[in-house]
Amino acid sequence: MAVKSAYISKKSGKGDKPNLTNSGFTTEEELYAYREMLLIRRFEEKAGQLYGMGFIGGFCHLYIGQEAVVVGMEMAQKEGDAVITSYRDHGHMLAAGMDPKGVMAELTGRRGGLSKGKGGSMHMFSKEKQFYGGHGIVGAQVPLGAGLAFANKYRGNGQVSVAYFGDGAANQGQVYETFNMASIWKLPVIFVIENNRYAMGTAATRSTAQAEQLGARGAAFGIPYEQVDGMDVRAVRDAAERALDHCRSGEGPYILEMLTYRYRGHSMSDPAKYRSKEEVQKMREEHDPIEQVKARILNGKLATEDDLKKIDAEIRAIVTEAAEFAQNDPEPDVSELYTDIYVNA
Amino acid sequence: MPSILMPALSPTMEEGKLAKWLKNVGDVVKPGDVIAEIETDKATMEVEAVDEGPLTAILVPAGAENVKVNTPIAVIGEADAAPAPKADAPKAETPRAGAAPVAAPAVITSGAPADAGIPAGAEMVTMTVREALREAMSEEMRRDPEVFLMGEEVGQYQGAYKISQGMLDEFGDKRVIDTPITEHGFTGLAVGAAFAGLKPIVEFMTFNFAMQAIDQIINSAAKTHYMSGGQLNCPIVFRGASGAAARVAAQHSQDYAAWYGHIPGLKVVMPYSAADAKGLLKSAIRDPNPVVFLENEILYGKSFEVPKVEDWLVPIGKARIARVGHHVTIVSFGIGMTHAMAAAEKLAAEGIEAEVIDLRTIRPMDLAAVIESVKKTNRCVCVEEGFPQFSVTSEIAAQIMTHAFDYLDAPVARVAGKDVPMPYAANLEKLALPNADEVAAAAKAVLYV
Repeated sequence: MAVKSAYISKKSGKGDKPNLTNSGFTTEEELYAYREMLLIRRFEEKAGQLYGMGFIGGFCHLYIGQEAVVVGMEMAQKEGDAVITSYRDHGHMLAAGMDPKGVMAELTGRRGGLSKGKGGSMHMFSKEKQFYGGHGIVGAQVPLGAGLAFANKYRGNGQVSVAYFGDGAANQGQVYETFNMASIWKLPVIFVIENNRYAMGTAATRSTAQAEQLGARGAAFGIPYEQVDGMDVRAVRDAAERALDHCRSGEGPYILEMLTYRYRGHSMSDPAKYRSKEEVQKMREEHDPIEQVKARILNGKLATEDDLKKIDAEIRAIVTEAAEFAQNDPEPDVSELYTDIYVNA
Repeated sequence: MPSILMPALSPTMEEGKLAKWLKNVGDVVKPGDVIAEIETDKATMEVEAVDEGPLTAILVPAGAENVKVNTPIAVIGEADAAPAPKADAPKAETPRAGAAPVAAPAVITSGAPADAGIPAGAEMVTMTVREALREAMSEEMRRDPEVFLMGEEVGQYQGAYKISQGMLDEFGDKRVIDTPITEHGFTGLAVGAAFAGLKPIVEFMTFNFAMQAIDQIINSAAKTHYMSGGQLNCPIVFRGASGAAARVAAQHSQDYAAWYGHIPGLKVVMPYSAADAKGLLKSAIRDPNPVVFLENEILYGKSFEVPKVEDWLVPIGKARIARVGHHVTIVSFGIGMTHAMAAAEKLAAEGIEAEVIDLRTIRPMDLAAVIESVKKTNRCVCVEEGFPQFSVTSEIAAQIMTHAFDYLDAPVARVAGKDVPMPYAANLEKLALPNADEVAAAAKAVLYV
């Protein structure tokens, strides 16, 4: 993917940060973050449209508003680091470099989808990109993610696993079973809590003890934690680097609680009665992750309005192509009903 | 005066070895004094005196094996009160064969087609199911460094049921991993490791506890290959005891064959003999799919003949004809086979030759073997210890109806556990489980005799 490749060379570098802007990001990094977040935003908007038009069925959970979390994390990761998340997963897949056409065609249930149309919005995977799903059961991905870290430690390959979950999943028992094992076995796993304040329609303040400090729950297990402004991609990237260094040095797990916000409903069928329009509007106006980067780019004269418009157009073209593919690609062949149940022994 | 009886170390222990006497005749003992050590293949334990007085007689010598639970082993108090003459005591050299299970290996192996896998002239060795499982895991771990074992008490404790005894010493704590008591968590963790390509063996102390983890087994392990369009497989084995043990009541006695047999994406294996336990577990560990491997605590200590060959593998999905006959087909699996084989013996004494099929694998089920036999005998009895509703035997009956309806001379009969939570009381527990008489009666019913 062109959007991605522009940045790869830096990631393998040894942390030299030439031409730092006042914000701590290089110009290249600001532009990279802008493009990646914009890709997710436009992709999700299109997915919402296609859902409304009946092309996408079932559940569809959009990531709009939370883009800085996954993009900031991805900017700090190295190739080979594994990622696993919940069902709000489109952004994670795009950030991992998975083909937008394949993601969108999976949403529409077509044969060119990343799971051949058999997984849908919540279940996509890419071994090549070390993306391990896409899991529909709240919290299940947390021990699975620790298992990926277990494999990395078993093999001694120095790779880290990043396991995302939300403030809702933070109340699942298996999360704490996993914290315990990750701590005693010093597993190289980063637990990223995407705290968007609402577990479906239930505010964290109504469902969660000590809701203002979810990361602190790791303290009981001796796991270091940070609370991060998850709307600021720079803060996310910096925290991710600290967490990754910690994990790679063999010191075990790390928790990053990302304070973030989703603009859309829990899923497409969300009546949004549990929060005010003003609350959403205030977030959008004052904390939008993409607008923050855009403002820094323009104010710092890192690029012109025209340069950004060019990027916008490129992104729109990618998303349009993905949407067209996803609408025109045929459904899976009926013979696929009975394939992929087992691997041939 | 009181005699001291051979104690039971576990709910399923029937006999053990009197390893050592720590007191001599004439010693005065008080309650709490350790007077002897006894051993089973699972554990060693001290015997404490509960009465006070001189040790007046030792009835079972040190080193005696196969001492039945509740046999008087010593007397405390007046010498003339000794209840049993010494001559009745088991001798140290009592052969292990005395402990042979209901189904003698000679019967199992004779002329059975599925045993074609055993090379002609192969040496057979007697071993318990427990030892067979241990050999299977150890051989596979020697063969493949990406295979590892995790579970509660598999390491330092040497296995709650001693399946993994000695494995920590051989493979170290990187590959024999004691987990916290956290089934949901460590099952998910192992599934994640399998997604990354490792080959975990997850031991559940019993499958009753795996209900805490069933979401990870079904939603994560079984479904991901399909949901990923074939990209991501899960090479993992979930193994441990399933079904009734002895006197452990409803929460610890459940049979999970039907539960897991229901799920596409899982393979489900439930061996009876030691040879199958070994060969099937090795196949399960090599299988690239998630395999639920259901063992049975009562079978752990039973001995069978196992071929001593280089790499003993039994294929998943193949039934075994355990006994050839032509009057009626009896289909079972796992511990149900003990009832099936015992019933076949009883029927043979009355001139009825039953063909006994050991399914060995629940999913994928070798229906062809069942159908073929039913086409020959025209009558079928299915046997399992699990609950009767929505069970493995109800599935078999439905399949026979679909595929061999015209061959049936009688409705398919089923003998299963009773439709009640497992009771604790010994008499009720016995009633709740199937037995050979019920199987024989069902066979006669379908034969109309």
